[in-house]
Amino acid sequence: MSRISREEVEHIARLAELEFSEEEKEKLAVQLNQILEHAGRISQLDIKDVPPTSHVLPLTNVFREDEPRPSLSLEEVLANAAEVLDNCFLVPQILEEG
Amino acid sequence: MDFEAVIGLETHIELSTVTKMFCGCSTVFGHPPNTQVCPVCLALPGSLPLINRKAVEYTIKVALALNCQIQSFCQFHRKNYFYPDLPKGYQISQYDLPLGRNGYLEINTEDGTRKVRIHRVHMEEDTGKLIHSGLTGRISEAQESAVDFNRCGVPLLEIVTEPDLRTPEEAKIFLSSLRNLLQYLEVSDCNMEEGSLRCDANISVRRGDMDELGTKTEVKNLNSFRFLSRALQYEIERQKKILAKGGVIRQETRHFDATTNRTTSLRSKEMAHDYRYFPEPDLVPLEISDQWVDEGRRSLPELPGAKRLRFMEGYGLPEYDAEALTSSRAMADFFEECAKRYHRPKIISNWLMGDFTSLLNATDTAVERSKVTPEHLTEMLKLIDEGVISGKIAKSVFEEMFNTGRMPREVVEEKGLTQIADEEELARLVAEVIAENEKATGDYREGKGSALGFLVGQVMKKTRGRANPELINRLLRERLGGS
Ligand SMILES: [Zn+2]
Repeated sequence: MSRISREEVEHIARLAELEFSEEEKEKLAVQLNQILEHAGRISQLDIKDVPPTSHVLPLTNVFREDEPRPSLSLEEVLANAAEVLDNCFLVPQILEEG
Repeated sequence: MDFEAVIGLETHIELSTVTKMFCGCSTVFGHPPNTQVCPVCLALPGSLPLINRKAVEYTIKVALALNCQIQSFCQFHRKNYFYPDLPKGYQISQYDLPLGRNGYLEINTEDGTRKVRIHRVHMEEDTGKLIHSGLTGRISEAQESAVDFNRCGVPLLEIVTEPDLRTPEEAKIFLSSLRNLLQYLEVSDCNMEEGSLRCDANISVRRGDMDELGTKTEVKNLNSFRFLSRALQYEIERQKKILAKGGVIRQETRHFDATTNRTTSLRSKEMAHDYRYFPEPDLVPLEISDQWVDEGRRSLPELPGAKRLRFMEGYGLPEYDAEALTSSRAMADFFEECAKRYHRPKIISNWLMGDFTSLLNATDTAVERSKVTPEHLTEMLKLIDEGVISGKIAKSVFEEMFNTGRMPREVVEEKGLTQIADEEELARLVAEVIAENEKATGDYREGKGSALGFLVGQVMKKTRGRANPELINRLLRERLGGS
């Protein structure tokens, strides 16, 4: 079973836009490995006759009709925004030219 | 060295459903920022998506019209990435089980009909809109961005071609054929200005003697037909130059800047392309039954190719006319409405391809919004046939109808454009012209036939074009006593 290295922790952290101290990275590597090991126990089961599945419910085709419902008020929408400009959420720029 | 370009297009189309893909927010374009959002499309904790049935129906139609195989069991996946226009931190999209695949679209190029293979058609949701501030408005210099989530969650169709296109021109033809098809299906406005049709391109070049594809770049922001060809031209030349010098193409995403006509490398912190797809646990899978596919197939309208053939066979139109008239569904419908009311299809076609199209282009008007209706045009054509107006006068009548929406008879009467059919009045004008043009009349009497044309012109001038030239001709001959 593959082990989560520190580099992988850094990669995942970068994808999630998270920053960790060296100490935390060590700790996370250990914890992520424990989680993987735990999940890995499933592979010990004999699942030859179990069809692959992504959902536990035996349901398909749950739809809604194309009918409008009221949206939230602007006050509600922007209630949790850190910063607001012209009724928009204001965020730091994130694109940089390479 | 001979290089060949290899182009594949990835097109995104906003479906024209009334509500978003997974919530009941309105999709109407142009409303004030953040007035069409709810807990689902804003990703508030605890909210759950629910699939819009109409969006699936539309996608089935598109997949069928593009000759795709329909995936009977299909599901949504989460595509994980962080970007401020995506509040959930993932986009609900499709991954290994897209609704349609292995299709094709036929396009008409100068070298004949070509099949462009469609790799896949899948459903996803649109993202919000980032409004970049900054000094020059250039994306890379923006300091902060404002986010409007009105478009976030609008049903989006991704249509990906195989790398079957070879020139910027072909890419343009493909995109306009695709747009035409989608408009026929009435599943999207395909309005590039409003972003309901967007296009990215994968481009590589290879030496003519190689089979293998070269390293490709992806060019984004090709949001008009003009940008598409300009960006492709630039990028193909850029790659050729690098290869000719023995250089290496870097696989990357590039942004097309319409002000400089160049593509530039665009890298963000999230360019790792590690999307960690996994099945969307909040949505159960779709089962597209044969019955549903059949219903979709039955609901398909006549598509552009079939309509073109029918216009040639049914109305006896030349291929050129049939192609032009069916290049938009609105124009084709306009033509057919006219053809129901007037018996000479080619005359209708001439007016639609000529004066009507020029006026539409000059005023940037869509056929659907034109003040001239089939009734206007056909009534006018009847006035010409009845001899009430001349073909020449009809042109100004048409323009007046186009600008005001008034009926032709009204325009003709108000402006006094009726042809002068009264022989007595014309005879009086003919006499005047003969008296005023001694030289020409003398020439004519001495056998110079060409002088007659000049005299006819003089009479026409006096009537401001409102006389029947044949009638004037006859009256002049009678007066001058020629043959
Ligand atoms: Zn919503």
